[in-house]
Amino acid sequence: MTRDRQPSASSTVPSIRATRQAIREGNDSLEQVVSRCLAAIAAGSDINAFITVFDEQALEAARRIDGQIRSGTAGPLAGAVIAVKDNIAVKDCLMTCGSRILHNFIPPYDATVISRLQEAGAVIIGKTNLDEFAMGSSSEHSASGAVKNPVAPGHVAGGSSGGSAAAVAAGYCHAALGSDTGGSIRQPAAFTGVFGLKPTYGRVSRFGLAAFASSLDQIGPLARSTEDLAAVLQVISGHDPLDGTSAQEPAPDFSASVASLNGKTIGIPAQYLGEGVQPEIAAAVDAAAEKARSSGAKVVSVDLPMTDYAIATYYLICTAEASSNLARYDGAHYGFRAEGVRSLEEMYTRSRSEGFGEEVKRRIMLGTYVLSAGYYDAYYRRAMKARSLIRRDFEQAFATCDLLLTPTTPTTAFRSGEKTTDPLAMYLSDIFTVSVNLAGLPAISFPYGRDDQGLPIGLQCIAPAFDEISLLRAARFFEQNG
Amino acid sequence: MSEQQHMGFEAVIGLEVHAQLQTASKIFSPSSTAFGAPPNTHVDPVCLGMPGVLPVLNRKAVEFAIRMGLATHCRIAGRSIFARKHYFYPDLPKGYQISQYELPLCEHGYVEIEPEQGEKRRIAIVRIHLEEDAGKSVHAEEYVAGDETLIDLNRCGVPLIEIVSAPDLRTPREAWLYLAKLRQLVRWLGICDGNMEQGSLRCDANVSVRPVGEKKLGVKTELKNMNTLRGVEKALEYEISRQIAAVRRGETIVQETLLWDADRNVAVPMRSKEFAHDYRYFPDPDLVPLVIDDAWRDRIAAELPELPDSMRLRFTRQYGLPEYDAAILTEERELAAYFESAAAEARDVKAVSNWIMGDVLRVIKEEKISIAAFRVAPKALAELVNLITEGVISGKIAKQVFAEMLENGGTPKQIVEEKGLVQISDSSAIEQAVADALSAHPAEAERLRNGEGKLIGFFVGKVMQASRGKANPKMVSELLQKQMRG
Repeated sequence: MTRDRQPSASSTVPSIRATRQAIREGNDSLEQVVSRCLAAIAAGSDINAFITVFDEQALEAARRIDGQIRSGTAGPLAGAVIAVKDNIAVKDCLMTCGSRILHNFIPPYDATVISRLQEAGAVIIGKTNLDEFAMGSSSEHSASGAVKNPVAPGHVAGGSSGGSAAAVAAGYCHAALGSDTGGSIRQPAAFTGVFGLKPTYGRVSRFGLAAFASSLDQIGPLARSTEDLAAVLQVISGHDPLDGTSAQEPAPDFSASVASLNGKTIGIPAQYLGEGVQPEIAAAVDAAAEKARSSGAKVVSVDLPMTDYAIATYYLICTAEASSNLARYDGAHYGFRAEGVRSLEEMYTRSRSEGFGEEVKRRIMLGTYVLSAGYYDAYYRRAMKARSLIRRDFEQAFATCDLLLTPTTPTTAFRSGEKTTDPLAMYLSDIFTVSVNLAGLPAISFPYGRDDQGLPIGLQCIAPAFDEISLLRAARFFEQNG
Repeated sequence: MSEQQHMGFEAVIGLEVHAQLQTASKIFSPSSTAFGAPPNTHVDPVCLGMPGVLPVLNRKAVEFAIRMGLATHCRIAGRSIFARKHYFYPDLPKGYQISQYELPLCEHGYVEIEPEQGEKRRIAIVRIHLEEDAGKSVHAEEYVAGDETLIDLNRCGVPLIEIVSAPDLRTPREAWLYLAKLRQLVRWLGICDGNMEQGSLRCDANVSVRPVGEKKLGVKTELKNMNTLRGVEKALEYEISRQIAAVRRGETIVQETLLWDADRNVAVPMRSKEFAHDYRYFPDPDLVPLVIDDAWRDRIAAELPELPDSMRLRFTRQYGLPEYDAAILTEERELAAYFESAAAEARDVKAVSNWIMGDVLRVIKEEKISIAAFRVAPKALAELVNLITEGVISGKIAKQVFAEMLENGGTPKQIVEEKGLVQISDSSAIEQAVADALSAHPAEAERLRNGEGKLIGFFVGKVMQASRGKANPKMVSELLQKQMRG
């Protein structure tokens, strides 16, 4: 295992703070920064990180914000260039969700996270590629083609927020928004060597996020540093009256997170280091634990006995919700409609058969089955019970620990095409991330060295609900003590 | 149908009633609920089911539903759950309707109905839950050519309550009474206009038949598409007769849904495909459980108006009105309030009741207006009634005054004065008028004097005619009595 932290790709942009400072001092302009980002995106088009790039629109915003920075009226994120996963609505801009069925859909509304970013002075540079409707772990299931890993040629970028992770890793922007239903921010962050944070369920508004599994979905940031990660999280967090599930909990000051683990108790769940974990990743967890211990943290082993049921529970709940959430894509009102249909039933069956990809159809069928009369009790209701038990596992662990430390993924980025024909193997790559969504907890993936092939390793910290501060502190500690 | 034909059988009927709530905005989004706007103008991304948008529950809709729950003696759930009911149809943009399934807002209530013959009956309400309405498919020729169908989503997302009765109803007439009762209540509470023709109140019926004395239920059918109270009654009469005849012939009843055709007076089975749904209900993850704390429920209860049953009883006690009058006056809350305002000013409350049940309701019916739009203020009606009670004008003149008030406004006193309609109660003037009438008809006068009492009416008529209605008819009659020889 090597632990050199050499930049994986030549970065077009430094940190948000450095960019803003350079602009304020007259050494750069946001317009030039955005131009360089656009040029880099164009040069890296083979990565296929973006579905839509906002060239002129982004430059225009940059010119406006340049003026604000100079006149001292700019918002807290002025200077930031941010990419957005293409399942998050930006008003009047194409939103495909990586699906043919929304190939022409233009939302007449902004997601709450978008209006908050824009009010804070961020420039949105484009919409990133993803697994169709965020269903997948490799960003290979997209109507816009597969995303490539910019730091590991021949390997996947992870998914479903693979385009966002690739854009950040390749330095096309300061940060990106992803969505995480079962690991879709953390796993691609790990595969591409960047930071990715899945906030507590309810911390960030879901309004404008095309739903995959509503009780699990959460928008979160990806960035190359905890500082940028915290800056974006700060702006997008907080209650939203447009989302009935968004929490009333006020957002604390995330930027103030100090890099210390002194006096903290860190739990390492035995179930997350068993068979199937790549040796270098297990070694990285040990190394991180040792670092923490040596700087004053207490490291203990904890038990999460329900972990074995997490994948089954997750796939029952997420497919059930997906089958319902995706019922609206029926060819009747917007998006793709099959041509030459002669009846209502034919319009539905052909529009959906031709408009959705294989993985999405697989999950819709599974979910429809899970909710069917006669199976609901056996599957959905039992999965909800298992979900409560999984939540209780974590509550018990947090009775004695401040944080949990685990691998983000059992392996580093796998090869492109390796798992596309084996859905079950693909599902298992989420094994360490899905429990967090089932329990509604916050978790962060941070880069921690590389494996023998030079592929980035990501480790995960999990905290109690609404304790993102502890995650940022821990990640900052490991960022500085890699 | 006749009772004879049904000899030996009874029907078991349960109703599912949907009432559109008169909130300003939709149940989960800000668009207007107003009826009759151009198609697809009262819509927004939420009710259109666009990707990523989320429902936000309208508190007013919850309050309205709780009002109905309280008015029907339901238990209000401290915690209830919204669920998704799935089916594909173009007027349902999300592919599911947000409704309530396992934990509804209101349960275990009842209303009382009073059949014309027999005892008061208590009809159990199983549940009242909140849900959203769907849009409408438009096949009207003004919009579409050929076999096209257009969708109007103005109605999509309008709040509904669904009121589900137990299968406690036994006759179409009872179903009519129950439905009329619900309609009265939703109007009384100001939560729904109760208009069945426009579809703001809709009723589906489940009906089965069984031999009298049998405990087991027969196979039920579901009746839909009844757009009037009378339609519900007629559809049930039709279906009960059909089922009994079928059972008599030894056929088995097939569980199915039938659509009432009001033009042809028949119920036609729907194609089975149109209702063979597995709705795949599950709790809506976008909506947190609806929590009603005691304080909220108690506040709504405290703000509830006096309910018609209680008001009806009070009218008989407080005003000494017959049951019949009290029932009519409490049919609508505004009418009851009109009566009470007038009664407060009137000396003869029963006379006020008579005027309202007679002339006032006649005019309202003729002009198809509501009591709120009625031009004669309750105070003015009371004044009119008082003028009769005081003997200032006769009942007959009062009708003229009433007509004048309707036509040109003004108070009864003004009109009576301006038009010189004050009743003649001066005894010498009336004596003169009676004498004139008697001498003008000597033959009849003679017969009267000989004791032919029925001629009193004849002479009263003559005197009234001569006085253009102003003579006090009581005094005229008394004078004529005196003419008769022992």
